[in-house]
Amino acid sequence: MTTSTDDLPPALAEIVDDFGALAVPDRLQLLLDFSRELPALPPRYCDHPELLEPVPECQSPIFLVTEIDGAGAGATVHLFFSAPPEAPTTRGFAGILAEGLEGLTAAQVLAIPDDVSHRLGLDEAVSPLRLRGMSGMLGRIKRQVRDKSSA
Amino acid sequence: MALPHDTEAKFAEYAHPERLVSTQWLAEHMGSDGLAVVESDEDVLLYETGHIPGAVKVDWHLDLNDPVTRDYVDDEQFAKLLSAKGIGRDTTVVIYGDKNNWWAAYALWVFSLFGHPDVRLLDGGRAKWEAEGRETTTDAPSPATADYPVVERDDSTIRAFKDDVLAHLPGALLDVRSPQEYSGERTHMPDYPEEGALRGGHIPGAQSVPWARAAADDGTFRGRAELEAIYQQEKGLEPGEKTIAYCRIGERSSHSWFVLSHLLGFSDVRNYDGSWVEWGNAVRVPIVKGAEPGSVPSR
Repeated sequence: MTTSTDDLPPALAEIVDDFGALAVPDRLQLLLDFSRELPALPPRYCDHPELLEPVPECQSPIFLVTEIDGAGAGATVHLFFSAPPEAPTTRGFAGILAEGLEGLTAAQVLAIPDDVSHRLGLDEAVSPLRLRGMSGMLGRIKRQVRDKSSA
Repeated sequence: MALPHDTEAKFAEYAHPERLVSTQWLAEHMGSDGLAVVESDEDVLLYETGHIPGAVKVDWHLDLNDPVTRDYVDDEQFAKLLSAKGIGRDTTVVIYGDKNNWWAAYALWVFSLFGHPDVRLLDGGRAKWEAEGRETTTDAPSPATADYPVVERDDSTIRAFKDDVLAHLPGALLDVRSPQEYSGERTHMPDYPEEGALRGGHIPGAQSVPWARAAADDGTFRGRAELEAIYQQEKGLEPGEKTIAYCRIGERSSHSWFVLSHLLGFSDVRNYDGSWVEWGNAVRVPIVKGAEPGSVPSR
């Protein structure tokens, strides 16, 4: 499978390439790895879950928040997610976004194509509703970044 | 050869106690010849995070649905799937899963379309097994391939299509979606994305019992008296009356189908798997909005 990654930032392009290089069952295994590697919430958010935004597009409860260092298009974006261990698929998608987007500039985050969830080769293994959940996370990340950076 | 039934007192009250086993029963019989344990979850990765030792995974999306037509696998695909999972026609199958056995009940219903003789649910499902601190493993089992026969799928007994539902009106219907979906305020569960139905509401005359009311807090089925109070006394459904259950795509209603047929002994219950994503998009079918069942318009 060849999927274009030219329009993706390097870390996300590498993730898409990694998925593309695998057979479908192994892609699920890779998604599971991402779910395991999703960083835990820092204490400042554990103690204040109301600061995180829910993502109702996902089938399982997930909350996310972005932090912006600086202002404008060049500001640096940091991402934080919270999802329960009994929702590994949702955690996996969050893990992909955490690794693929962390540390990018606001302009880079806003330029990520909205169809990126369909480039992972998971369409035949994961229901469309779940992939839409990942798009929902990306949409909310972008909106927060736009609001917070004024980019 | 079928395994012995679970003789737990709670199960004896049900119409078909042989359709349930307790976590204790499973712990005692795990690894027995003639037993297959199947995990079927909403979350496609949950099995991989750890499962009951020896359990095989059956994924509703990949394994039970035809990849092209909106339908279930056919007789040959089903035989191939079960053979690969080490399940023969005389194997006792115990299915469990996440979320009150929601998807496990769906898998059991599909197994029942093929008339698998001995298929049971683990009462309480995955959550109860975990809550009791019972053993789980990430070791993938490698069952010896079985030789499951090609058995014709029976779509006439426990499955209803849209035309069957239209012909059934104004018969007994059970809508197991959330109150918001029933009234037409939403087309998907609260906190889930709105998806794929152009009209909201319910099929005329349908009684509303959200599917999870059949489950207690620990995910086990409520006792028979409690279930009768909900479906029969409160909603007026009759065990001898033909009844059709539906939800959004037929998964939640599989759970309620299990309750009506196997726990309460309703004699003729069908699951309308086309459910709201079909009905809510179909041209000129009758729909009622609001909290009341309503009636079929005379046109």
